[in-house]
Amino acid sequence: MIRFLLNRAATMAVTIAIISALVFFIIKLPPGDFLTNQIAELRAQGETASIQKAEFLIRQYGLDLPIWQQYLVWIGVWPGPNGFSGLLQGDWGWSFEYDRPVTEVVGDALWLTLLINLVVVVFVHVVSIPIAIYSATRQYSIGDYIATFVGYIGLATPSFLLALILLYYMNRWFGISIGGLYDAKYAGQPWTWPKIQSLLSHLIVPTIVIGLGGTAAMIRRMRANLLDELGKQYYVTAKAKGMPPTRALLKYPFRMSLNPFIADIGNLLPHLVSGSVLVSLVLSLPTVGPILLAALKTQDQFLAGFILMFVAVLTVVGMLVSDLLLAMLDPRIRLAGRAR
Amino acid sequence: MRPLLDIRDLVVEISADGTTFKAVDGLNLSIPTGKTVAIVGESGSGKSVTAQAIMRILPKVARIAGGSVVFDDPADRHPPLDIAGIPDGSETMRRIRGGRIAMIFQEPMTSLSPLHTVGDQVTEALRLHARVSAEEAKEKAVEVFRRVGFPDPQRALVTYPFELSGGLRQRAMIAMALITRPALLIADEPTTALDVTTQAQILDLIRELQGETGMSVLLITHDLGVVANMADEVVVMYRGRVVEAGSRDDIFRRAQHPYLRALMRAVPRFGMEPGERLTPLREVATAALPARPPTVETPPDRTVLAVENLTKTFTLRAGVFSGNLREIKAVDSVDLSLLSGKTLGLVGESGCGKTTLSKMISRALVPDAGRVLFDDGTGPQDVHQLSGEALTRYRRTVQFVFQDPFSSLNPRMTVYEILTEPMIIHGIGTSDERFERAKTLLDMVGLDRQSLRRYPHSFSGGQRQRLGIARALALEPAVLLCDEPVSALDVSVQAQVLNLLKDLQKALGLSYIFVSHNLAVVDYVADTIAVMCRGHIVEEAAAETLFRAPAHPYTKALLAAVPDPDIDRPLDFARLRSDKFSDPSAWPEPFRLARGDSGRMMSLAPDHKVRMMTAASLGEAA
Repeated sequence: MIRFLLNRAATMAVTIAIISALVFFIIKLPPGDFLTNQIAELRAQGETASIQKAEFLIRQYGLDLPIWQQYLVWIGVWPGPNGFSGLLQGDWGWSFEYDRPVTEVVGDALWLTLLINLVVVVFVHVVSIPIAIYSATRQYSIGDYIATFVGYIGLATPSFLLALILLYYMNRWFGISIGGLYDAKYAGQPWTWPKIQSLLSHLIVPTIVIGLGGTAAMIRRMRANLLDELGKQYYVTAKAKGMPPTRALLKYPFRMSLNPFIADIGNLLPHLVSGSVLVSLVLSLPTVGPILLAALKTQDQFLAGFILMFVAVLTVVGMLVSDLLLAMLDPRIRLAGRAR
Repeated sequence: MRPLLDIRDLVVEISADGTTFKAVDGLNLSIPTGKTVAIVGESGSGKSVTAQAIMRILPKVARIAGGSVVFDDPADRHPPLDIAGIPDGSETMRRIRGGRIAMIFQEPMTSLSPLHTVGDQVTEALRLHARVSAEEAKEKAVEVFRRVGFPDPQRALVTYPFELSGGLRQRAMIAMALITRPALLIADEPTTALDVTTQAQILDLIRELQGETGMSVLLITHDLGVVANMADEVVVMYRGRVVEAGSRDDIFRRAQHPYLRALMRAVPRFGMEPGERLTPLREVATAALPARPPTVETPPDRTVLAVENLTKTFTLRAGVFSGNLREIKAVDSVDLSLLSGKTLGLVGESGCGKTTLSKMISRALVPDAGRVLFDDGTGPQDVHQLSGEALTRYRRTVQFVFQDPFSSLNPRMTVYEILTEPMIIHGIGTSDERFERAKTLLDMVGLDRQSLRRYPHSFSGGQRQRLGIARALALEPAVLLCDEPVSALDVSVQAQVLNLLKDLQKALGLSYIFVSHNLAVVDYVADTIAVMCRGHIVEEAAAETLFRAPAHPYTKALLAAVPDPDIDRPLDFARLRSDKFSDPSAWPEPFRLARGDSGRMMSLAPDHKVRMMTAASLGEAA
């Protein structure tokens, strides 16, 4: 077990190192960077004071160094103008666009993104699993057809469209504005109970909007998986033992059908971050999606790089978690090879 | 005395695609207390549906449309109960199901959940039906595990099904069924998926347990040999009806119904007259096979394929989390030779290395040592040294027939595509010629020429296996590797396929390597038989010699374990009880092979070789 974890940790480190290099070099791929572009613009306007400041920043962040050195400085394994100070040391860099440290720019947005995605993941599972079980056990019943139909609609509706529609009707019928993650008056205030309440009520619509497609897809997949398992012999055995049907269903075929979903946990996170950009824009949610988009457009390299690295780390860790969960739940993975 | 279970005029209807047919049509059957009743019939005769109706676990498309199933439970003071008359989800039915009537199934791997320990699944059966604590249930389970022959009953509690051999899995199923001490045990083909020696042990176990508990057994099988050894009474089913019923003696000595007699003639058995042909239940007309062109007559006794000292070792990793490596010699210095126009039978139990060997012959696996020599008339060549054109030619001359006709045909290809694909790959003929060839192939295997546009799923198992053979013949091979070609087929079509293979051999001069665990089948088709155990060939002889005068203890055990459909020759259960036949270090001298000793093949007679310990170790032992 320990050996396995060490092995995995080593592979993960290598994976993340490769990703970081890719991320950095791809961001740097277009000619120039945020500061040189800005300097060019300032020169055109002839503002020498600002130019001096920009040139100071260039030196400060080593943007005049060769690219590979810049990369190593960013990672924190090469002494930069301020000594070793990079991702490894917890210095996430400076956002030129916002003229603030990346930590401050991303700060809340990061945790709110995680929160929303977590809520969405829970929502997707809580809603889709019971429906899928119902659909599978009553295959070709009216209920199954309705679930299937609703599922297809859910799959086919563009989520930003749904967001717009809900935005309009929620305001018109219930008089609530659902933009943002909490009422504007709480912005910049410490976390108090009313603020959390406001947050929770604002979470409802984004959750539904972002989660709908996933829910529909999950119902379809779960239903198909479960239908496969329902025909298996061991389920007949369970029934032949005299088990009550629901208990037999949950203990045997349902548990078997969970495997592919657990294996998917790792993939879920990056998908949710990049998939909800449009919705976040429409609902003006302060998530990292829109920030990432803007940062990439303006070549705000440290900001973009940090967000991408963050998602990468989450993904790799998610993969590890799903592998460990799989091994925990499925003895065949845990013990395979020891047989006989 | 009233019977334990009395079935009267039972009708089970199955509706599919808007039509309804009667899978069981007016069945009458009664099971006396403490006796074994066997239901015999080919697949589709309604045997299993009857069992499911008794348990009320019919699939959704099926329903009981009439009749009664009266269960008179001796442990119950209530009047007899008509199982057919109560809802299948009711409390009463759940109490009976698993509690008073228990069932074991054919495939022990799939009948147990792979995610739960054997202990969990067995104790669960008890806890559903008796008020016991988890601790008591565990104690009971250990007791039952010991009774059904688990080597370490305590450990069985925390063992997962995939860690067990097929025989132990079936023992676990039996433990699960018997822990509640049911009055009736329904065994649906309980030994069909097992090796012969394991089959004999499981049958023995069921008999013993029946003697101890006084339960009744309803045995469902298509194997008349099993019936002859197990049943007190026999019911023969055909298309949902009973065509013949009576005591075991009546059925085996005075079979009346033509169906039963046909069934008996369709199964390969020992002691068949030389040249005797099986009579399939439904004869298939194969179009006149093209006579072998006399010009390419090969001299007899030419060795087409020879295997010399072939060895393959696999390295197993024990568990994902540990790095322990284990080496297993799957095939250990095997020598074999196949003569042109002859059949070499390869017999052995699961895991003995048969399949590994055939994969190395087909070049799907690379051997660690040894050679495979192939001779197409131009002199022997090492198969694993071939490359380029010569390799392509070899691939064309050696073709495979697989075990499972369902998964070996691509469901998305039409018959025409399946049959012509090999020719397209090897660039043979124009598309018109290939079309003609495909039609000829269908004629050869006795399928309708109209089938070309159909997809595999619209054929029965036997027809699919004939398609598989037709595909193998597409390239006009010289050698067919048949890996258990009939073991997935129903008795009713086994004979068809076996006869077809024999006819094709005669007409086309093919050589076969025929791998099987069924000794009677190998006896029927093979000229020479090699018996394999733990990677060794332990005995090799002409078919008649091997079965008349087996020399090796393992061969003897295998032969003794085959249930004979002759009630005057019952299985010697006591002899088969020990589990040591397949352990080379437990064989009596001079056959014993110590660990690491491969022994040597000794000639007993021309064409009869047997593996013995090497002279050196013989000297040591003396």
